[in-house]
Amino acid sequence: MSLITLDPRKAEPFPIAAAELLQDTQLRRNVAHATDVIQRKRAALVAEKADWQALRSAGAATRREALLHLDSYLEQFEKQITAAGGHVHWASDGDEARRIVIGLLRDAQAKDVIKIKSMTTAEIDLNPALEADGVHVFETDLAELILQLGADQPSHIIAPALHKNRHQVRELFAREMHLPDLTDDPPALTDAARRYLREKFLKVDAAICGANFLVAETGSICIVESEGNGRMCLTLPDTLISIAGIEKVIPRFSDLEVLLQTLPRAATGERMNPYNSVWTGVTPGDGPQNLHVVLLDNGRSELLAEDMTRQTLQCIRCAACLNACPVYRQTGGHAYGSVYSGPIGAILTPQLHRMEYAQSLPYASSLCGACYEVCPVKINIPEVLVYLRSRIVEKNKGKLGSIFNQERIGMKMMARIFLSHDRFENAQRVARVLEKPFVGRDGWVHKLPGLAGQWTAGRDLQALPAQTFREWWRSRNGREERPR
Amino acid sequence: MRISLFITCYNDTLFPGTGKAVVSLLERLGHIIDFPLEQTCCGQMHFNTGYRREAYPLAKRFVASFQDAEAVCIPSSSCVAMIRDYYPEIARENGDQQFATDVSSLLPRVFELTELLTDRLRLEDVGASFPHRVTYHASCHGLRSLHLGDKPLRLLRKVRGIDLVELENSDRCCGFGGTFAVKNAAVSTAMLDEKLGAVLSTNAEVCTACDNSCLMHIQGRLHRENSPVRTMHIVEILASEIESSGAAR
Repeated sequence: MSLITLDPRKAEPFPIAAAELLQDTQLRRNVAHATDVIQRKRAALVAEKADWQALRSAGAATRREALLHLDSYLEQFEKQITAAGGHVHWASDGDEARRIVIGLLRDAQAKDVIKIKSMTTAEIDLNPALEADGVHVFETDLAELILQLGADQPSHIIAPALHKNRHQVRELFAREMHLPDLTDDPPALTDAARRYLREKFLKVDAAICGANFLVAETGSICIVESEGNGRMCLTLPDTLISIAGIEKVIPRFSDLEVLLQTLPRAATGERMNPYNSVWTGVTPGDGPQNLHVVLLDNGRSELLAEDMTRQTLQCIRCAACLNACPVYRQTGGHAYGSVYSGPIGAILTPQLHRMEYAQSLPYASSLCGACYEVCPVKINIPEVLVYLRSRIVEKNKGKLGSIFNQERIGMKMMARIFLSHDRFENAQRVARVLEKPFVGRDGWVHKLPGLAGQWTAGRDLQALPAQTFREWWRSRNGREERPR
Repeated sequence: MRISLFITCYNDTLFPGTGKAVVSLLERLGHIIDFPLEQTCCGQMHFNTGYRREAYPLAKRFVASFQDAEAVCIPSSSCVAMIRDYYPEIARENGDQQFATDVSSLLPRVFELTELLTDRLRLEDVGASFPHRVTYHASCHGLRSLHLGDKPLRLLRKVRGIDLVELENSDRCCGFGGTFAVKNAAVSTAMLDEKLGAVLSTNAEVCTACDNSCLMHIQGRLHRENSPVRTMHIVEILASEIESSGAAR
């Protein structure tokens, strides 16, 4: 597992990473089991909302509105949170964000920092940068703690250790926390984590968090979580740094009414998250006295120009699309070579990298549409996937990638054939002849060369019938002018 | 009614039996079938693989071929989804106002086979007989793009002698996904194996669907595994009458 990289610039293409992960039957069982459980819970709670589709539409409308006027809502957020005693920092990329955070921690003279689970900090690889600056980072989310202790990587947006089962977690905790008698009973495991973390909460004086929503109207930050460890990070230390993608802003406080209904139901299958923290700036004598927000662009603003790509930023990171995805179900998240995995990762990751990297991800989908169906903010992921494929094809024009070339030649040829029914009929006849050497005695094709060999690696193919439909149609209509 | 058949390129080439069944069923129901010979492909494979430039003239060709049809019948849900979901987008993208107009005028007359039967012709019992144990796989595009819902099942339930058995997770993708099956063969096959497990546990003799592409995928693995289970397009069941009901395609 330690060979897994979630840096899209270095990761293996999806088909190669996936083929390797498919060998890990334990991981596949864990992923299938966990996603089945979450999906069942989600389905039950969505079913009890008669107005679920209206909630989806309302959530989508809110997110669209925020993105259409992102510049003014961000400025409004900055103005409001500054007035409430917070500080805003703008980071154009991961490098700048890391430098800002390191500077803030130096100012606070913090050598230890506690963290709430945050995909945005994983996106910019914050932890290694902090460790390199001599800051000890303690992940407080149970799943993130599992990953940190196991030097592992997140495989899911909201349940990052979903690829591990409780037996594996027991092994890890017993070893790393020196608890040889630990059982794999979930309460025992969470209790072990609680003891391990509790002392950190009380003595560390800086915390880092992400953000679920930034409210422009009031300058508030909203974070939802299940364990309560996040709440302690948000309230106990003196310095609190929130790192949030610029798309996280919503126009009004009242917009939370819809989004805090749809997010927990879609994400964890809960009516409400156990802990919902919303706070506005600094309150003297209560909670963090130094509040900083780092607003991260890191490629996001380039997605704003087109309707098609902008919808990617509507995402509220519920991960329902991962749980519903039959591809993710087989491989888990590591195959995507990005902290953002599954269907949303397949559209977000390559776009954040200006389509230069992660080019295999838009193809890592059978376009079944299950992601779109469950998305609480109605991102048409299949539509974006297909669009990004066209961007990749255009981008790679003239490059000499062999796989793309074989495909490109085939596609161009087929397109030309389909432009004339005479050519199409000739091609059908030629295919019958060319296929002959590959047809077995049983009338099936078991092995084909080239790209088509990828089909026959796992599947047979029935030999072409002696007569195409149009040949039959013509012969039939030649014999009898009017049937019956 | 005069119904124009768009057989689709892969059914034409690989599954003529499906086209023959469409003709036989609709003629049995008293309709006249028209087959415009200039038809080829809707452009789905090109569009979905990222070759939009190539898909555009194919889309125009389809619309030109069927412009005057009273109703177009297509026995393939993914091709209908391509036409319905993406032709308007192709028109927009290319700033082709004429094509946009032609598409919006044609779309209300384009039907997937089970839509044609249930929505347009208002039928559930089509007079079929098929005394076999059958399970139904809900192809993704039919399910989530066309929202076929239980239309195919309503038709199947009225087939005489049929023993229709529910497929577990029938709405989960079989892993075909067009070029996905080739570009991501290992994952595609892993998805297929789950589908196969569900199909085999029904003890059905026949697995059916509204899309031969999914069935080609399922059948390809069934054959590789030496399974006697057959796949049949839904129209081949609906076209079956007592004497021909046992015939495989």
